[in-house]
Amino acid sequence: MSEDMEFTFALILNGASIGLMYSLIALGFVLVYKATDAINFAQGEFVMLAGLIVAMLISFESVPLAIAVVVVLAVMIGFGFGLERVVLRPLLGRPVVAVIMATIGLAAVLRGLGPVIFGSETRALSLPIGDEPVVIGPASLPPIQVLGAVVAIVFFLAFSWFFKKSRMGVAMRAVADNQQVAQAMGINVERYFALAWAMAGIVSAMGGIVWGSMLGVDVHLALVGLKVFPVVILGGLDSIGGALVGGLIVGIVESLAAGYLDPYVGGGTKDFAPYVLMILVLMIRPYGIFGKRKIERV
Amino acid sequence: MLTINNIEVVYDRVILVLKGVSIDVREGAITTLLGGNGAGKTTTLKAISGVLHSERGQVTKGTIHIGDRRIDGMRAHDVTRLGLAQVFEGRRVFEHLTTEENLTAGGHVQKDGSAVRQSIDLVYSYFPRLKERRHQHSGYLSGGEQQMLAIGRALMSRPRVVLLDEPSLGLAPMLVEEIFGIVDRLVRQEKLSVLLVEQNATMALAVADHGYVMENGRIVLEGPADKLRDNSDIKEFYLGLNEGGGRKSYRDTKHYKRRKRWLS
Ligand SMILES: Nc1ncnc2c1ncn2[C@@H]1O[C@H](COP(=O)(O)OP(=O)(O)O)[C@@H](O)[C@H]1O
Ligand SMILES: [Mg+2]
Repeated sequence: MSEDMEFTFALILNGASIGLMYSLIALGFVLVYKATDAINFAQGEFVMLAGLIVAMLISFESVPLAIAVVVVLAVMIGFGFGLERVVLRPLLGRPVVAVIMATIGLAAVLRGLGPVIFGSETRALSLPIGDEPVVIGPASLPPIQVLGAVVAIVFFLAFSWFFKKSRMGVAMRAVADNQQVAQAMGINVERYFALAWAMAGIVSAMGGIVWGSMLGVDVHLALVGLKVFPVVILGGLDSIGGALVGGLIVGIVESLAAGYLDPYVGGGTKDFAPYVLMILVLMIRPYGIFGKRKIERV
Repeated sequence: MLTINNIEVVYDRVILVLKGVSIDVREGAITTLLGGNGAGKTTTLKAISGVLHSERGQVTKGTIHIGDRRIDGMRAHDVTRLGLAQVFEGRRVFEHLTTEENLTAGGHVQKDGSAVRQSIDLVYSYFPRLKERRHQHSGYLSGGEQQMLAIGRALMSRPRVVLLDEPSLGLAPMLVEEIFGIVDRLVRQEKLSVLLVEQNATMALAVADHGYVMENGRIVLEGPADKLRDNSDIKEFYLGLNEGGGRKSYRDTKHYKRRKRWLS
C-alpha cells in the first residue's frame, strides 16, 4: 500500500469504529421512534445519565465494574419504563409536538440535575482494557474504540434477531405499523411503548459506558446526542440497519474531513461535515437511505 | 353469542353516531349488517372490539356481551383475549411486515410459538395463496390477497366471534365470491360466529343467515336473510333493482321506517 492509501485506510477504520459508537446511541433513538413515533431529543442526555451513574458507582472502591454495569442497566431500564408511564403516556394522542417538547424539557432537566446530583467535575470512567493501541494493518485504534465497535455490533445483531425472529419483536413492529390494528390483535400497545423506552435505556447505558470511558464523564457527554441526528436522518428515522449504516457514514465522513480538510482550513470541519452530508441526502432521499416509505401499490 | 343491546356511541363527547342499536349475533351463523356509507356500521364494529377508545369514541348507553361476559368499556386487547377478532375495513394489513409476520402478530395472544405455528398452518389450509406469498411484504400483495391475509390474521387468535368490515370492498366479483365461500366454510368447520358488515347486499345476503339494515345510526330493518332478499325495499335500494328493473336513488329510502313494522 502506498503511504496515501495507508493514511486513507487508517482514517476510514478510525472513522468506522467511532461511527459504530454513534450507531449504538442512534439505535436508542430509532427504537423509540419506530415503536411510538416519538422523537426523543433527550437521547444524548440518556447517555450522559448512564455515564454519570457508572462513573459514580466505580468511584467507590468497593464496587466492581461488573456490578456497576448491571446496576446502570437496571436503572436505565427502570428510567425508560418510568418515563413512558409518567411523562409520555399522558401525552398519547396529543400532537407530536407535545412529545417533542416534553423530551426537550426532559433533556434540559437532566443536564441541569446531573451535576447537582453527581457533582460537576469531570470523572474518569476507566475500563480494564489497557491503553495499548490495537493495530490493524496500517491503522492503530485505541482499545476503547474497538470495544465500542464490538458492543455496537453485538447490540445490532441482538436487536436484528429480536425484531425478525421473536414474537415480541414482530408484535413491536406491528405496533409501529398500525397501533389500532395491533390492539385488535390482542397486543397491549402501551406495554410495547414502555418496552421501546426501556430498550432505549439499555443502549443508552452501553453508550454511556463506552463514550464515558472515551471522553470522560460530565455534562458535556450529552453532546454526543447531537450526532444522532445526522445518523438517523441519513439512515432513516425508523430503520435499525439504517442507524448502523448512518453511523458508519457519519463516522467515516468526519474522519476523512478531519484528515484531509482540516489541514487546509485550520480544523473544525469534522463537526459540520456530517450535517452537510445530511442536507445533501435529504435533498435526494427525503426518507433517508433506508427509511420506511408509505407503500403505494398501483 | 354476541349481544349488542341498545347502544349509543358518541365521538369526541358530542358527536352522537349510534342511537340505540341492538344486534344479536347467533352462534355458528353469519349475521350481516347492511347499510350505506356513513350509516354507522364501522362504528358498531369498533364499539364491539373496543378500538373505539383510540378514536375518542365511547359507548355511552347500552351493553355489549360475549356470552355472559360484558365487554363494553373493556380495552381492545382484553376483548381479543375473550375470543373476538375484527377484520378492518380496507384490510389494514401491517404493510411493512411479511405475510407470515402479519399472521405471527395476529397470534399474539397464543401462549407459545408452537400454537402460533399450528394456527398459521390452519390459515394456510384455508388460504393456500397466502402460503405462496408467505415471505412477501404484505404491502405488495394484491387487494384480494390482502383481504385473505386480513381474515387469516384475525383467525390467528382462534376467535369464536369474527367481525368482518366490508371484505368485498374494491374486489372483483369473482374474488368476492371466492372469499365469501371460504368465510362460509370457516363458519361451518371452525364453528365461528360472524358479524358481516357489507354494502354489497347481494353477496352478503347470499351467505348470511340473518340480517340487519342500518341507516343513520339506527337499525331500520331486521329479518332472516331469505326474507330480506325478497323484501322490496332491499331489492330497490341495496340490490339496485326496482319493479321496472332500473335503479333508484338511495335518498328515497326514508319510508323504510314504516316498513319496519310489517317485517318484525
Ligand atoms: N373517529 C370519528 N370521529 C368522529 N366522527 C366519526 C368518526 N368515525 C366515524 N365518524 C362518523 O360517524 C358516522 C358513521 O361512520 P361509520 O361508522 O364509519 O359508517 P359506515 O361504516 O357505515 O360507513 C359518519 O357520519 C362518520 O363521519
Ligand atoms: Mg365503514
